[in-house]
Amino acid sequence: MNAQSTDIATYNFAYLDEQTKRMIRRAILKGIAIPGYQVPFASREMPMPYGWGTGGVQVTASIIGPDDVLKVIDQGADDTTNAVSIRAFFKKVAKVDVTTETARATIIQTRHRIPEQPLTASQVLVFQVPIPEPLRFLEPRETETRKMHALEEYGLMHVKLYEDIAKHGRIATTYAYPVKVEGRYVMDPSPTPKFDNPKMHRSPALQLFGAGREKRIYAVPPFTDVVSLDFEDHPFEVQTFDQPCALCGAENVYLDEVILDDHGGHMFVCSDTDHCEKRQADGQHGHLAPETHSASGKMEPVE
Amino acid sequence: MDITTQSIDGGFAEPVFNAQVVFRAIMDAIARPGTVQNLPQLARPPAPLSATAGAVALALCDNDTPVWLDPRLQAEASVKAWVGFHTGAPLANTPADAHFALIANPKEMAALDGFAQGTQEYPDRSTTLILLVDDLASGPSLLLEGPGIEKTSMIAPPGMPRHFVEQWKQNNQRFPRGVDIILAAPGSLACLPRTTRIKTMEA
Repeated sequence: MNAQSTDIATYNFAYLDEQTKRMIRRAILKGIAIPGYQVPFASREMPMPYGWGTGGVQVTASIIGPDDVLKVIDQGADDTTNAVSIRAFFKKVAKVDVTTETARATIIQTRHRIPEQPLTASQVLVFQVPIPEPLRFLEPRETETRKMHALEEYGLMHVKLYEDIAKHGRIATTYAYPVKVEGRYVMDPSPTPKFDNPKMHRSPALQLFGAGREKRIYAVPPFTDVVSLDFEDHPFEVQTFDQPCALCGAENVYLDEVILDDHGGHMFVCSDTDHCEKRQADGQHGHLAPETHSASGKMEPVE
Repeated sequence: MDITTQSIDGGFAEPVFNAQVVFRAIMDAIARPGTVQNLPQLARPPAPLSATAGAVALALCDNDTPVWLDPRLQAEASVKAWVGFHTGAPLANTPADAHFALIANPKEMAALDGFAQGTQEYPDRSTTLILLVDDLASGPSLLLEGPGIEKTSMIAPPGMPRHFVEQWKQNNQRFPRGVDIILAAPGSLACLPRTTRIKTMEA
């Protein structure tokens, strides 16, 4: 030890201490072994507030190694505060390579979206989860919801979906749409739009879920059945959009509404920014795409 | 070499990075049952504990996790001292108290249902069994299916417990309770989580 060292405090690789990582790693292994079951874990204080992805950050910190390439998305976007901050955090505390390209990433931490580009077996998707218990708004007591999971008693959830139909004529849940994992546990897929639920079904990538404030970790192994709850006469349906992305012209992707002015002008663009930028770079464009974009790309060789 | 030296030697050279490598191998193995994950030799525990099983113990066990040693390991004072020195894990008095069980002689091991199975409310409170096997290919073939497996996968560890297929079927039926198995072979490992079903067993 060098007494002259000016580094009065340095962090362990990936911020967490080793005992914490071991505890989280054990919880992750149990979560994978019992798909959809919420494993309690001793969530730590992180240098960011609850609600900013402390659960996801702890899971990522426990699995990440120096060779990993990390991508972080927030509602599909790589460039929003939460995504930028978490990416910068891991760049600093783990010195890992970061990317915005879905295909290059080995670990993708996400807040409420699954990338449009299909994931591969060499990728791990880490979800940030606010309320891991799908039954919580129906039954506030943890002792009771735990018993309901133990007894596989999910009638209440079906009643809730039925009440939606009675009131609105359809199942009105559009995000955090409950799923049943491998025919056993009802699970909250985190507040992803229900558009992404089918992507969880038999995904080749491992999916891990971390809820920091609620102190729960759960998982969906690759090639595992993830079925959205529904009724025979009201089958599960995803959102559809009646127009393509205004910037890249993509169809069958999840779109965000962007307000353009205060006269009611708006457009719909891809929520997945990497997907949108890739398509625009490939020369695809929608009706509001900047005219110069594709032209400037082609002009490069001239310069 | 005396016991003290043996118990202090042979830990991870780089505790942080080696533990991560071992954990990722276990995570990939349990997420994709039946796949064989290669592992460099990172730990050098005293015999009969193997390098792979020792590395798994170093990566996952600490003072929060009682460890049970099977009689063959129990008989070696140096193994007990090594596990104690490097992980700080207390020894479990009975298999049912153990979070992890290190088993050097799977053939003679106690029945799977003698280990902690977890409860219906907390199925995670179960024992993870670390079985030392000679390899993952020379024994009777086990055809696997279940979560983590696209269609089927296959491993063939030799020297598995008596009536293993029947015991494993019962373990499946206890779901969500049950034990998970890490098969530690020289230079590689594979996992059988409680969700994995063994389809058939060839002679």
